[in-house]
Amino acid sequence: MSRQTLKKEPFNLIISGVGGQGNVLLSAFVGEALVNEGFMISVADTFGVSQRGGSVTSHIKISKKTLYSSVTLKGKADVILGMEPVETLRSLVEFGNPDVFVIVNPRPVYPSGGVAYPDLDEVKKSIVKLSSQTKFVSATEEALKMGNPIYANIILLGSLVGAGILPISKESMMPILEEHFPGKMLDTNIEAFNKGMELAGH
Amino acid sequence: MSSIAMNKPGTTVLLMGNEAVARGAIEAGIGVAAAYPGSPSSEVLPAIAGVAKEMNIHAEWSVNEKVATEVAAGASFAGIRSFVVMKQNGVNVAVDFIVNLNMTGIGEGGMVIFVADDPGGMTSSNEEDSRTITKWLDNPLLEPSSAQEAKEMTKWAYELSEAVNLLTFVRGVTRISYTKSNVVLGELPERREKKAYFPELWDMYNPKKSKFTSGPFPIYHKPLHEKLEKAREIFETSTFNRYRGPENPDVLVITCGACTSYCTEAVDELRAGDRVGVLKLGTTWPLPEKLVAKHLSTTKKVLFVEEMDPFVEQSVMELAASLLPTTCDLTFYGARSGHLTPYNEQSTNLVINALMDILGTTYQPRDLTYDREAKEAIKIVPNRPINMCPGCSHRATFWAVKKALQLDGRKGFLCGDIGCYSMGFAGPGFFQSRTMHAMGSGTGVANGLGNLKHFGFDQPVLAITGDSTFFHATMPALVNGVYNNSNFILLIVDNSATAMTGFQPHPGTGQLATGEQATVVDMEGLCRAIGAEVKVCDPFDLDNATATLLGMMQQDAGVRVIIMRHMCQLVKDKRKIPRKYKMHVDSEKCLADTCGCDMLCTRLFGCPGLMVDRETGKASIDEALCVGCGLCTDICPANAIIREEAIG
Ligand code: SF4
Ligand code: SF4
Repeated sequence: MSRQTLKKEPFNLIISGVGGQGNVLLSAFVGEALVNEGFMISVADTFGVSQRGGSVTSHIKISKKTLYSSVTLKGKADVILGMEPVETLRSLVEFGNPDVFVIVNPRPVYPSGGVAYPDLDEVKKSIVKLSSQTKFVSATEEALKMGNPIYANIILLGSLVGAGILPISKESMMPILEEHFPGKMLDTNIEAFNKGMELAGH
Repeated sequence: MSSIAMNKPGTTVLLMGNEAVARGAIEAGIGVAAAYPGSPSSEVLPAIAGVAKEMNIHAEWSVNEKVATEVAAGASFAGIRSFVVMKQNGVNVAVDFIVNLNMTGIGEGGMVIFVADDPGGMTSSNEEDSRTITKWLDNPLLEPSSAQEAKEMTKWAYELSEAVNLLTFVRGVTRISYTKSNVVLGELPERREKKAYFPELWDMYNPKKSKFTSGPFPIYHKPLHEKLEKAREIFETSTFNRYRGPENPDVLVITCGACTSYCTEAVDELRAGDRVGVLKLGTTWPLPEKLVAKHLSTTKKVLFVEEMDPFVEQSVMELAASLLPTTCDLTFYGARSGHLTPYNEQSTNLVINALMDILGTTYQPRDLTYDREAKEAIKIVPNRPINMCPGCSHRATFWAVKKALQLDGRKGFLCGDIGCYSMGFAGPGFFQSRTMHAMGSGTGVANGLGNLKHFGFDQPVLAITGDSTFFHATMPALVNGVYNNSNFILLIVDNSATAMTGFQPHPGTGQLATGEQATVVDMEGLCRAIGAEVKVCDPFDLDNATATLLGMMQQDAGVRVIIMRHMCQLVKDKRKIPRKYKMHVDSEKCLADTCGCDMLCTRLFGCPGLMVDRETGKASIDEALCVGCGLCTDICPANAIIREEAIG
């Protein structure tokens, strides 16, 4: 049983993005850290064909006492980590509520097949309207500065931890990054993680 | 994930349902595991294969589910516990063997199939409830409600299988297979060096003695039913069946599998714990009738919550009918009453809705003003169609197909199949595939279409198949076509992996499930030996691929094979193969709306690496997504997309 406290029972985290952005990796990292902290969790990732460029979400239900089903109830998200603005809004519409906390990467991933993307400012406005606690983290931009858009998700992970809304700390995250990224890759990923923490105002 | 092989009983680890199933089989001491990849079951076998050496297990990707089941039966006959893994469609393939296996019974080694169904068809070409099949097959069936239980059930299924001498099914669903949660590990068996031995007993008229051949059938069919009755007896006291709720509930919910937690959550959310009881069945076929009858006698209203077919619902109603008149004042709710649907996934919210109606209560999940604002905001959220990855070789193949069919001009078309290239029926494949059914069916259907000449049929017929699908089910259709003198072209898109399900190796890749080296089955040579004419192209050499295909189309006779060979982009990424080109759009040359191409590159060609610049309206490269395959250079009519050799 964890020593850390939970703001709510269960506590619901949703990670939203587009197939290929790496939501499964993120949910695995967060999940592992939570289990190491002694929480009981259920993680539901979108698998299958949606991973080819469709909308994907990972739902993580966190509890101190029991295992819940993995999918969040309508209107019951506590935190949404958005890797893409339209996908963040999509999750907010279904799972948001006046108390939800949002961290969002404002870089759009445009849908293919000639589907129009809405005006980005309007999307951002809607997000803020549905969550008064929204933090924009320019993860893709920062990642491109580091030389590879792939770092965006570790930057976002840093922001999620840095925002202090989950019962996990940098200390609980480090061994997981160390295990996952061998050699030189580790340094760059720690750099990305720290960047994310910094952007979250940590 | 190495925790699969961790020998620390009592340790809690985070496991995906599929990994928990693998662990359960390992804890049961299996000696053989065989599977064909199919999501949502694809991760079970790799988890076992990863520890196969240290645990002395033979783990293999078989060419299809029937062969996988036969491989496992062979092991069982020789006394070794064996395991088979498949998705719902795989059961259809394996069924012919299982019907016969049930007549003879398995060997001394327990035999279990884990099948992962896919309510909602999130990772499938269909939606199908395999439980109905296990019922008519006469096999015992267990349905886990969590990753932990999936592990325990898989392990226990071997005891049951050996106790009743029957193949036993453990049936999960996507939400069980793909949910990661805390799992407490059990003990690993000692590494046994058990000698496999094929028994010698044989007496055709004694089903107890005769091993592995059946007939006369009534003599063999009768014991099958007796075995099932024995399983039912064992199920009556199984701890996989549990009840939570008051002694005499206003509503008794009968549920199973992933729906179990939806039901308990719904009861908690509605604060109806004093009025609603939940009977969770883990052993769903044969139904533990005494247990269920006992619970039916405690209530007047019964709600069934399960996914897809009203399987438990029908068994319980059949039971209730047999118990008349004691059950005459029961009212049943579920799929039949329309409170829940016999298709798609269930959810806590759907169960809440059903219970609200039956209990006459209300429930408001969130602030109403917020709800209104959310419903307003959804209006600007566009759909996000699925697409092939940036740099996918199938995009090149479908472009070549589209071009060749256009140039040929005889209204030819393509019969589709199962894999990433299934997307060929939609935008990502330029709507080229016109049929799509089961594995290998595109080629089978092409066989039929290609033999209609004497009815005036003159459209060219193409069929497409993946490399893995080719070995699974396309080969017999190809033989059939050659033998029966059909007239079609088979495109084999050979991208060195079973990409859709997670890049598993297959007979053409030279690699085993365990990662060890394998004999490469030469697809090209095989097709030639079958008697087809064979050509090989790289679809990224777009002009050549198109011309070759067109040339073959115009021969208009016999079965011709064209292998489109290029590695899956994600496999290239995994192997860290560097990108070929650096891309940019020459904004002088891109004429946007005034070009007449109607934004061919973003609207029609549709690689996710291309986008329209909001300010200029011209095409541009999305550097976060483009992988530099260079293909779009070849499709832009204004030569505006520039590729330069990437350096370093
Ligand atoms: S996984 Fe491979 S085959 Fe599938 S869409 Fe992506 S690149 Fe194409
Ligand atoms: S080069 Fe063109 S076709 Fe290839 S990935 Fe980049 S944008 Fe897509």
